[in-house]
Amino acid sequence: MALELTAARPDPALLDLPWRTPLEDWPEDILAALPRGISRHVVRFVRLSGRVLAIKEIKDDIARREYEMLRDLRRLHLPTVEPFAVVSGRVGVDGEPLDACLVTRHLQFSLPYRALYSQSLRKGTATRLIDALAVLLVRLHLTGFWWGDVSLSNTLFRRDAGSFAAYLVDAETGELRNRLSDGQREHDLDIARVNIAGELMDLEAGGLLQEERDPIEVSERIMTRYRELWAELTAEEHIVETERWRVDDRIRRLNKMGFDVDELEITTDFDGTTIRIQPKVVDSGHHSRRLLRLTGLDVRENQARRLLNDLEVFSAATGRQGEDEEIVAHDWLARVYEPVTRGVPASLLAKLEPAEVFHEVLEHRWYMAERARHDVPITDALADYVAKVLPGKPDERAVLGVDTEELPVIADRNA
Amino acid sequence: MATVKFDESTRIYPGSDTPAVDKLNIDIEDGEFLVLVGPSGCGKSTSLRMLAGLEEVNQGKIWIGDRDVTDLSPKDRDVAMVFQNYALYPHMSVADNMGFALKIAGVDKGEIRKRVEEAANILDLTQYLERKPKALSGGQRQRVAMGRAIVRSPQVFLMDEPLSNLDAKLRVQTRTQIASLQRRLGVTTVYVTHDQVEAMTMGDRIALLKDGILQQCATPREMYDKPANLFVAGFIGSPAMNLVTVPVTADGAKFGNHTVSVPREGANDGGSHVVVGVRPEDVELTTNNDGLELTVDVIEELGADAYVYGTPTDQNFTLEGGDDNLAKPFIARVDGRKVPAKGEKIYVYPKGQHMHVFNKESGARL
Ligand SMILES: Nc1ncnc2c1ncn2[C@@H]1O[C@H](COP(=O)(O)OP(=O)(O)OP(=O)(O)O)[C@@H](O)[C@H]1O
Ligand SMILES: Nc1ncnc2c1ncn2[C@@H]1O[C@H](COP(=O)(O)OP(=O)(O)OP(=O)(O)O)[C@@H](O)[C@H]1O
Ligand SMILES: [Mg+2]
Ligand SMILES: [Mg+2]
Repeated sequence: MALELTAARPDPALLDLPWRTPLEDWPEDILAALPRGISRHVVRFVRLSGRVLAIKEIKDDIARREYEMLRDLRRLHLPTVEPFAVVSGRVGVDGEPLDACLVTRHLQFSLPYRALYSQSLRKGTATRLIDALAVLLVRLHLTGFWWGDVSLSNTLFRRDAGSFAAYLVDAETGELRNRLSDGQREHDLDIARVNIAGELMDLEAGGLLQEERDPIEVSERIMTRYRELWAELTAEEHIVETERWRVDDRIRRLNKMGFDVDELEITTDFDGTTIRIQPKVVDSGHHSRRLLRLTGLDVRENQARRLLNDLEVFSAATGRQGEDEEIVAHDWLARVYEPVTRGVPASLLAKLEPAEVFHEVLEHRWYMAERARHDVPITDALADYVAKVLPGKPDERAVLGVDTEELPVIADRNA
Repeated sequence: MATVKFDESTRIYPGSDTPAVDKLNIDIEDGEFLVLVGPSGCGKSTSLRMLAGLEEVNQGKIWIGDRDVTDLSPKDRDVAMVFQNYALYPHMSVADNMGFALKIAGVDKGEIRKRVEEAANILDLTQYLERKPKALSGGQRQRVAMGRAIVRSPQVFLMDEPLSNLDAKLRVQTRTQIASLQRRLGVTTVYVTHDQVEAMTMGDRIALLKDGILQQCATPREMYDKPANLFVAGFIGSPAMNLVTVPVTADGAKFGNHTVSVPREGANDGGSHVVVGVRPEDVELTTNNDGLELTVDVIEELGADAYVYGTPTDQNFTLEGGDDNLAKPFIARVDGRKVPAKGEKIYVYPKGQHMHVFNKESGARL
């Protein structure tokens, strides 16, 4: 059997990797020691042509299915890792066939939950992670994706202005439908609940859970947060004819939560005294789309919210609220945002993403101002932050050297 | 322990006009291992979720024991869904890995310990209870995962393709383990798979679904020997049964120039053709121009036996069940010492009474 490569944009260098060796035995010098979640398959990271790839050894048909599924999800603009290739037809040096490999791009600046827990954590991290996962799950469900294996391990987290944004990493069990039934959503929630509780108990058993809170109690949050969000995004609302402004109100509420309403169903009841509204198509990324349009910056939702707020402050402080938004935004970018993000020395660039640095500098300025009891110019805040805070942070573009576990379930060789 | 009854159970997903599961009727006995099998999209998971209480039942009912559970929530049904994917937690002991779901369910410590010990005893894991999963072999880890389900001691186990992502060898090992474990525990089990070999080796009975409709529910032996229709005949067995459309005359069906007798009603309402099914091991092979003429394409040696793959020389004979418009070969299992040569012309017909006759239009067994 010949080695077979399936990829949208195949990189020939991929063929140079040691495919005849079981992934478990790949030489250290080509691997990147990045942290991973718990997994049953062997997963490794390699550096190739200037990027980092995640490689998972898995049965051929499942690898293909997952590859296609990830492509479909990305086409639907859902936050998932990017599939890169499937390598199949592998044969070991002993002539025995080896499992196929699913290759995805390593998600830069992403943090598996276990890596987060090996750092000293801000209070409430567990709940912030679960909140992010709830948003992800609602988005997936709104699109008709049943995950089948919702867990912290199967999610990657990126910092998002002090909170987190969640990405799907393992689509092995997923199914894509036009619309999910309530039963399918409940099934996913049930799975999420059990997995999250297990994962937190595991951290607790390993002495990694600094927070006092009970894992079971924390895991319950996935259900409450999910249900709140789902209701807000999909519930129908009855409005008295004379209070039509409440239609706008609903849209604004959704915008605030970061969602745009692309389709709103409005029906009037037969006597015309009440109207019924129900969002039919909602799309997350309200703030990040707006910021992208104004400035060309492509950042996450909460970061965008933060940046838009700062832009607002800028335009008020410079007395330009009446002016064309895009022009003001352009000036803000040149005079505020870029000087800050460019002010980070090259040696510290791998610590945090620019938008997150900007967020942290704003926070830092606030603390400095509070201590000094007067306003602090952003340039001063930046200088202080770069000197005192940033160097102490771990490199998060690709976090190194944290304990990671995989417990492959393989056949007993001598059974 | 309990019986399970699907009673005209129907599920129509919102926004779709055809039922995903259509008037399903199955009576499952107490302690029985029932396998739901069928191709992708036939409604296996939906049926299982209906039983679990995770999918609304639009028509019909579901019974567990003598309780109508149709409108009960999952918690109130006393069933345990065994996840397709489970993770083992590295920092937790084997005992905690097995018992943690009970903790979520609010079971008290003493009771958890008791149930974990019982399960460990059954699974031969007692001496490992305080170890970490890392110290276990692959097969033992798999057993820990099973222990996680066992400790819940439900009335019914539900399993949806629990083996689908295991490697081939472990799959076979675990298959036997699950089946023998189920027999020892005697807990009624509904097991979903798309793999007919898995279904045949594990189930006391098999329920085969297609497009949401139950095709047949019977023991593996009966499914094999007396498939109720063409679909069952083609699905069960590997390699699959040869299904040849042949003309019917007053004397019987013409398998090439070999006449086989078919039930009378076959000729009547099946029109002028019936489908004759013959399993590869039931093929009589001759070289004296008696039977359906085949040209040998491929030989697959198995040692004592060999499979002969051939194509009917007369293109009027078509074989049912070919996918992707590829001509399906006729397969015969022959004595390893009497293997024909590639390219040779051979003649085949069903051995003795070992054949199956189906109505060409309805597909029903005659
Ligand atoms: N593209 C990627 N970028 C960053 N991390 C990744 C990527 N792909 C995989 N990982 C890491 O590897 C871990 C294991 O991957 P994955 O969940 O796909 O494996 P698995 O064996 O299928 O897991 P499971 O046991 O849940 O089925 C993930 O938890 C994640 O931390
Ligand atoms: N939410 C949904 N909305 C509409 N149709 C659905 C939905 N979920 C499932 N279906 C359809 O119902 C049918 C049965 O699906 P189900 O998942 O039960 O099949 P299955 O036999 O388990 O398939 P597989 O072997 O692929 O898991 C399929 O045709 C599927 O497309
Ligand atoms: Mg995973
Ligand atoms: Mg299924």
